[in-house]
Amino acid sequence: MVESTLHERTGEEVTTVNATQGLAAPVAIDVPRSWKTPIVLGVLALIWLICFGIFGDARTVAFGWSDTSDAIVLPDFVVNSKTFCLTIGILMLAIAVVATWLASQRRKVPMWLIIPFGVLLVWSLVGWVGAGGRVPVEFLLTGALALSTPVVFGALSGVIGERVGVVNIAIEGQLLIGAFAAAVTGSITGSLTLGIIAAMIGGALVSLVLAAFSIVYLVDQVIVGVVLNALAIGITNFLYASVLNDNSAEYNFPGTLPFLPIPFLSDIPVIGGVLFNQRITTYAMFVLVPLVYVVLFKTKWGLRIRAVGEHPLAADTVGINVKRTRFWTVTVAGMIAGLGGGALTIGSVGAFVREMSAGQGYIALAAVILGRWNPWLAACAALLFGFSRNFRIWAGQAGSTIPSDLIAMTPYLVTLIAVAGLVGHARGPAAAGRPYIKQ
Amino acid sequence: MKLELRGITKRFGALVANDHISLTIEPGEIHCLLGENGAGKSTLMNVLYGLYNADEGQILLDDTAVTFSGPGDAMAAGIGMVHQHFMLIPVFTVAENVMLGHEPTRAGTLLDLPAARALVREISQRFGFEVDPDALVEDLPVGVQQRVEIIKALARDARVLVLDEPTAVLTPQETDELMVIMRGLAASGTSIVFITHKLREVREVADRITVMRLGKIVGTASPTSSTSELAELMVGRAVDLTVKKDEPQFTAKEFDVAHLTALDALGNHLLDDVSFTIRGGEVLAIAGVQGNGQTELTEAILGLRSHVSGSIRLNGTELVGSSVRKVLDAGVGFVPEDRQKDGIIGEFTVAENLMLDRSTGNPFASGLNIKFGYLEDFASSAITEFDIRTQGTDTLAGRLSGGNQQKVVLARELSRDLQLFIASQPTRGLDVGSIEFVHDRIIATRDAGIPVLIVSTELDEVVSLADRIAVMYRGKIVGIVDATTSRTTLGEMMAGIAA
Repeated sequence: MVESTLHERTGEEVTTVNATQGLAAPVAIDVPRSWKTPIVLGVLALIWLICFGIFGDARTVAFGWSDTSDAIVLPDFVVNSKTFCLTIGILMLAIAVVATWLASQRRKVPMWLIIPFGVLLVWSLVGWVGAGGRVPVEFLLTGALALSTPVVFGALSGVIGERVGVVNIAIEGQLLIGAFAAAVTGSITGSLTLGIIAAMIGGALVSLVLAAFSIVYLVDQVIVGVVLNALAIGITNFLYASVLNDNSAEYNFPGTLPFLPIPFLSDIPVIGGVLFNQRITTYAMFVLVPLVYVVLFKTKWGLRIRAVGEHPLAADTVGINVKRTRFWTVTVAGMIAGLGGGALTIGSVGAFVREMSAGQGYIALAAVILGRWNPWLAACAALLFGFSRNFRIWAGQAGSTIPSDLIAMTPYLVTLIAVAGLVGHARGPAAAGRPYIKQ
Repeated sequence: MKLELRGITKRFGALVANDHISLTIEPGEIHCLLGENGAGKSTLMNVLYGLYNADEGQILLDDTAVTFSGPGDAMAAGIGMVHQHFMLIPVFTVAENVMLGHEPTRAGTLLDLPAARALVREISQRFGFEVDPDALVEDLPVGVQQRVEIIKALARDARVLVLDEPTAVLTPQETDELMVIMRGLAASGTSIVFITHKLREVREVADRITVMRLGKIVGTASPTSSTSELAELMVGRAVDLTVKKDEPQFTAKEFDVAHLTALDALGNHLLDDVSFTIRGGEVLAIAGVQGNGQTELTEAILGLRSHVSGSIRLNGTELVGSSVRKVLDAGVGFVPEDRQKDGIIGEFTVAENLMLDRSTGNPFASGLNIKFGYLEDFASSAITEFDIRTQGTDTLAGRLSGGNQQKVVLARELSRDLQLFIASQPTRGLDVGSIEFVHDRIIATRDAGIPVLIVSTELDEVVSLADRIAVMYRGKIVGIVDATTSRTTLGEMMAGIAA
């Protein structure tokens, strides 16, 4: 007996052969199509097209690529804001259509489609906010990079920690202690190099406490991390109020690291200023992102680190010392986060301020997940957060009609959407957060 | 390599897991370590492998005393181990798993993946394994994962290979293939320690047999010994391995599953058009290798899964879509496969565990109150009836031995008015005494006229309990056959070949 029925989910006609005939029923292809990504992309593209394109601002916007002081001066790119946003909106819609087609083929929407979509989305917003004025592109990008530097370091620290199986909630505390240590050491010794080293040691010390409690004494890693963050705030606030505040010239005046322009490269329009006229901390970030990637995925230490984070008992049975690996890896992770703290003080404003990490350590944790435990993607996520913070600053200056707090909210909204849907069901290291107890 | 253990003693608190064990394994020998669960076999091997430190005794390799402070030392000395639960990292490739811990490198630290791949290929060709070095381990069938474990040991030049219960996860055919591999390895000079409690396999492959019981060596046997001789040596008394049961007396009760399909979140078929009927008074046993949908089947019946279609009827009442509470109230008794995780709450007392599924209403509660007096009486009588060896009704269930924990579960499930009884892996990890008890209770339930569904990966158990056998493979029922069907046929069915 052969029956034709409509499949309940896909609505397709499925032919089934009744098993009483002794024939095996044909397997209906039933991989559910995931419409989540196309829907999110499509809705966003439509909102952007309608709000910023169709109902857009008819004034012109000038994208300024260079300052008049630059070696090579590029002319501004002047365009009608409405036309610009319409064009971008259509491109976004096109990507959404491609995503829909991919979903109908039961294929995943790849990262190389989602990232350009995000870039287009951001530039459309920039073109709309900047209507009737000038968009200083280099300022936007340089500022974004500067603001994201501590978050990138924090995110790298988080990636390394989770890869080895320790959830490093204490990034916030490591940033704060690093910032404090850099400022104070730099002031007292007068050496910014020592300040950088002190920042790394400070971050490592926080990590050591995290490692000792969570790995050796098996205290819940999340709890230790949160407590450490509170402790870091308490210690730095106390020392700030009792020592730094009264003698700031002596203890809290380290100066800032100099800009080190790379000859010729720094003269390239736009990207020259953004990438090649930076402080040593930013260059360190440029080196660390690929370095962490190579170490984690191309070296034997990385293989062991990941093995410990996935299946510690298996790592133990091939002679890898799980606790030692975790201990030292977490310490190194703490040094990197400490360096990020240094970037906050001597790599930026040149003084320590109470609670100056301001939740960036937690943002770094979000970047870790958004970046799927991959150094490159986590750094990209951190840059996104940095960009939106800087965008808020510029939008305020440009006199945008959007409330700046609303703009400040966007990266978190993006994180929520991304973590919930776009990234898909991201799978982190299997043993992250779990202590390894040997019998 | 010759391996000698001299007077190994390992204590865990008051428990002596290994009591002065002495053992010699000759080069190229397949030496079988036979014993029940809890006899101390795995402890002994973990001592040998450096995972535990022995309290007393010596390990000698080629007559030289060695001490291992960790598995790394043991491996360096030429001892390889294939653990019962594979020590493989699921998200790594075969090559990455094989090289982990002794990675071939370029420039001191960069991984030399081509070298690792070549090594995997070379070893798999030498022993005819057919393992793809670039496959992700989580995508491989269990039998192949086991070969990866063996390759892992051989890649480290293991000359003594310890296989801890290697056949527990294999189909009969895969078991045969493993035995061929073992003989091949032995012929090439590798000494093999084969740990098992399955008598059939011992007789087939062992050169020598050492039997352990309660932490001691109780004797050696030759492979020509009969199954009952080996069983008697292993258990310490004469055991009757057959389950006595009469012809089924059918009753009006009926459990009917039709076209049951269950999908996972990605739309893969966990259960694919499963249909069977069990009449009151008979046992239907589901055979199959672990992970072919048996767990999902019991979960679907209990109402624990979403994305289930088809029909499950108990005495004509549809159960698909019902809550677990409703399913239980319909008279379904359920013994889960993982008793420590799903069967009992270890931190609760024996008495509390006995009332877990009836925490509201009669007979254990009235309003918001638990009737402690009644519970106490009930628990005492259950302890007597089911021979639960516990200090009292208020002992924490987690403190009991596996067999006694299982008796608590059985006592709870069988004390209700049942219309259907489901037991998943009812004797996994139990000693022979408890196995006999559990089997007897299952048959008694059947004889009380209740439909009984048994899920077991132990073919022996399936054959001895079942009136009919349904074999599952990749979420489908390959066929439902009579309990007298030959093992060869059943084995083929477990590999997906319809009878």
